[in-house]
Amino acid sequence: MTRRLLLALGLILAALLAVPQGASADDKMKVAASFSILGDMVKQVGDDRVDVVTFVGPNGDAHVYEPTPADAKALSESKILFINGLGLEGWMTRLENSSGFKGKVVTASTGVNPRKMVEDEKTITDPHAWQSLANGKIYAANIRDALIAADPAGKATYEANAKKFIDGMTAMEANVKAAVAKMPPERRKIITTHDAFGYFGSAYGMEFIAPEGVSTESEASAQDVAKIITQIKKEHIPAVFLENVTDSRLLDQIASETGAKIGGTLYSDALSAPDGPAGNYLDMFRNNIDTLSTALSS
Amino acid sequence: MIHYLIDPFMDFVFMRRALVGCLALSLSAPPIGVFLMLRRMSLMGDAMSHAILPGAAIGYLLAGLSLFAMSLGGFAAGIAVALLAGLVARSTVLREDASLAAFYLCSLALGVLIVSVRGNSIDLLHVLFGTVLALDDHAILLIGAIATVSTAALAIIYRPLVLECFDPQFLRSVSRWSSPTHFMFLVLVVMNLIGGFQALGTLMVVGIMLLPAITARFWAQDISGLVVVSVLAAFVASLIGLLLSYYANVPTSPAIILMAGVFYLLSMLVGWQGGLLWQLMPRKHLEA
Repeated sequence: MTRRLLLALGLILAALLAVPQGASADDKMKVAASFSILGDMVKQVGDDRVDVVTFVGPNGDAHVYEPTPADAKALSESKILFINGLGLEGWMTRLENSSGFKGKVVTASTGVNPRKMVEDEKTITDPHAWQSLANGKIYAANIRDALIAADPAGKATYEANAKKFIDGMTAMEANVKAAVAKMPPERRKIITTHDAFGYFGSAYGMEFIAPEGVSTESEASAQDVAKIITQIKKEHIPAVFLENVTDSRLLDQIASETGAKIGGTLYSDALSAPDGPAGNYLDMFRNNIDTLSTALSS
Repeated sequence: MIHYLIDPFMDFVFMRRALVGCLALSLSAPPIGVFLMLRRMSLMGDAMSHAILPGAAIGYLLAGLSLFAMSLGGFAAGIAVALLAGLVARSTVLREDASLAAFYLCSLALGVLIVSVRGNSIDLLHVLFGTVLALDDHAILLIGAIATVSTAALAIIYRPLVLECFDPQFLRSVSRWSSPTHFMFLVLVVMNLIGGFQALGTLMVVGIMLLPAITARFWAQDISGLVVVSVLAAFVASLIGLLLSYYANVPTSPAIILMAGVFYLLSMLVGWQGGLLWQLMPRKHLEA
């Protein structure tokens, strides 16, 4: 309740401050991205021809976010806004409307085959499509096409960068598959805080179970927690994993009750700070698969 | 039948912990709520629960998700707001509710500001929303300690507090205990809010403090009766709320508070101290 009210106030302020400004001095194209993983992808493809503003920064939670006036100002100056889509950024429409953004909105997940899942008897779309490298390639291609459309002069650069990025993903995909293949099949089942790894799981053959739903906004019920504890005990699930964007207390409690060990921190919805273990998209996969391998291979 | 009530707690440690935490809270918070209600300060609980936010936020900034730091910070902020409001009320023309409103709003704004400046990481408001299913040893100890101290302290200041409720002028004329009692009481309010926000979150903790107390008003006439009924109502609401969350798959803290709310509505209808149904019945001819 308070959150809504504050958001509304913030946006009014934002609208007042976000008077469109003239072209800036440097000739880089200004673009905006909704959250850190997408921002990094745009940086990889655009490199030094674009100036990327990212709203939800490293370790931030993209499901729930309160935009600031600075965000609205940055957005109003951008030519393209990259969003993930699939229902991830519920707060974005209001920011878009209030900022006076005149550019083009590009949904990076266009063309991805969305995962539907049933949660509390409702069918919802899982937004975490970037957790599969095959989808990451689609994101990269969409970003490349959008950048070329807005800045045809940079076509060659964008194509070369995108190719390099996609090649990197192909190599990483082989690593991930090899690492999963080394894990004993009965151990390929783990617990995380919220349902962020559905695409990862179906792409690489692992099963992820979470007490919170696909959005971090929902609160777990006693039944959810009880089910997971029963499942961990019955199926001897070896480890639970924390995520960088969520509160760890509930998982700590589940781990201590079941005797499952805490396998480490996975990066799900946000990168780490640039000097951290998951500073960019490919490092995020490297870190996640290393963390999973260490805990599950044994 | 009975095993439906007991099984969840037999099978799961986290359910037992949640129950222990809620029961401890139900023992200490509702009596405080009774006095808040009697002193016509019911809404003050809500105000104070917002006032602790900046302290908790500063604790979080300095020490991360540390239970101790956040509780200590929240406690300090709550006491500061209560004291300042009391001081202003006693030394200027402003009444206590107005000065409290002014201070708690500033405090809330400061809290949100602090959260937002650093709030890019795990959302503090989200953390403050309570995790009754994730009470670890420290949280249980903290809630237990607060419940113990609060109940004991309430017993000590009980007499002056009752007088302060009903005849503050008289208390002031016969004793110097008026101001210290008032201050002690405010400390207890803040302490219980701090204990509750570990379990239920800042938004919900006021519910377990006030709803059972207000419910009790429809059943009991004297203060000891009010206290007993309110504690019982809070016990039962906690138990049913937890079971509801277990069987009906709904989030826990709202389930507990809503159960307390249901008790309130029922009591308002059928409670024998001024419940609506009893008022509809024709009275015996005493009022003529």
